[in-house]
Amino acid sequence: MLFFLSLWQGLAVYLHNNTLPTPLAVAHILWQEILSGQLPHHLGVTLRRLCISFSIAMLLGSAIGIVLGQHEKLNAFFDNWLVIFLNIPALVTIILCYVWFGLEESAAILAVVINKLPNVIVTFREGARALNQELLEMARCYRFGKYKTFLHVIFPQLHPFVMSATRSGLALVWKIILVVELLGRSDGMGYQLQLFFQLFDVASILAYTIAFVAVIQLLEWLVLKPLDNYGQRWRR
Amino acid sequence: MTDIHIDIKQKTYAAKGSAKAHLAIENFQLSLESHQFVCLVGSSGCGKTTLLNSIAGLDTDFVGEIIVGEQHIKPKIGYVFQNPRLLPWRTVRENIELALENVTQSSEIVDNLLQIMQLNTVQAVYPERLSLGMSRRVAIIRAFAINPDVLLMDEPFVSLDPPTARQVRSLLIQLWQQRPHTVLFVTHDLREAIALADKLVFLSPPPMQIISEIPVLIPRNQRDDESVIESFRQQLINEYPAINRLL
Repeated sequence: MLFFLSLWQGLAVYLHNNTLPTPLAVAHILWQEILSGQLPHHLGVTLRRLCISFSIAMLLGSAIGIVLGQHEKLNAFFDNWLVIFLNIPALVTIILCYVWFGLEESAAILAVVINKLPNVIVTFREGARALNQELLEMARCYRFGKYKTFLHVIFPQLHPFVMSATRSGLALVWKIILVVELLGRSDGMGYQLQLFFQLFDVASILAYTIAFVAVIQLLEWLVLKPLDNYGQRWRR
Repeated sequence: MTDIHIDIKQKTYAAKGSAKAHLAIENFQLSLESHQFVCLVGSSGCGKTTLLNSIAGLDTDFVGEIIVGEQHIKPKIGYVFQNPRLLPWRTVRENIELALENVTQSSEIVDNLLQIMQLNTVQAVYPERLSLGMSRRVAIIRAFAINPDVLLMDEPFVSLDPPTARQVRSLLIQLWQQRPHTVLFVTHDLREAIALADKLVFLSPPPMQIISEIPVLIPRNQRDDESVIESFRQQLINEYPAINRLL
């Protein structure tokens, strides 16, 4: 980290150019933006969109994925559709959503969900396919019932897939949200970045990026890592 | 009353991939009286596990019918599988308690069983840290703890060391006498079968059929004596040479 910062500093001083400000200049702008309330506002808006679209995609995707993973015929039918949706460029869905449903919040969320959903479905489908049949038989024999079976037999087996879908999902969703905001929203990080781009304000772009990366890192340390450790506690 | 009536006309495993269709069981009729202890003896791969799975209701894909207990009352079935089948992400105690209908009511029973099986010190341990023998004992406790009407055991003592196996065996008999239930015990160890069973059922290689049903009339209190078991075994082999080929 220190090495990276000093390299950045050295390069910035050497180039002495507006397109690469020094770390100190970026930190200064970051601080000012936080104080002015601009950054917290736009970051908050983007995070809200991230939470909503991420939750919808995860809930819907896990349900569909588990069903497909357990029904061979359904899966054979939808497999091609999945591949198609996996490969439609994000930009296309975003533009279509805006054109068809208007420049609205719900259209923005929908566009993100459509982009994320196929990935979640595929991840959970693989998880559901790999479920241990012997343990499911045991649960059936001892009459665990649906709720107990899901909580104690199925979910622990899906846990690694949940974590992987979460991590890759957060990364993917936030990148798509920025494009969505850039194209059709009047607030959020994507909108701000577009303004800075028009002004050639690289320092502000970097400041916003750092703020977002910090939030994602905090999420990783405070939520994902502990969840990971909890899920793995039984391993030798 | 939990009598068991088995009448399997045919059980076939369908062809899959390069494997051909396989006729596992054919014309198999067996009736067990309530509270009887029956040992199924046959070579490995003869279809014993398939039979137990069918009785447990895990495999319903066969021609024929199996009636366990009275109609409309689902009997409680304790099943000790060939592998322990414990949930690796739940502790020993949780694994046992998950099978119970009422955890608080049965906690004393569980404590007692853990004590007898010498597992009370590992209650909070995850199964991956246990030896195979210990895992097997946990699986046995799980089956006992639900107070089953029918107990199905699929070579449950295979990897236990002889002293532990002897101990668990006598515990099994003790528990069975305390609260009689119908036991179907699969083994290919004839001595073990003689020591435990009211009735021995010898099974042919696939398609599995019954070769002979032989009652064991040795009184329960004499079964700890290995010479008694051994002489019964010799007598069996002399009378039924076909048995020897199975073992």
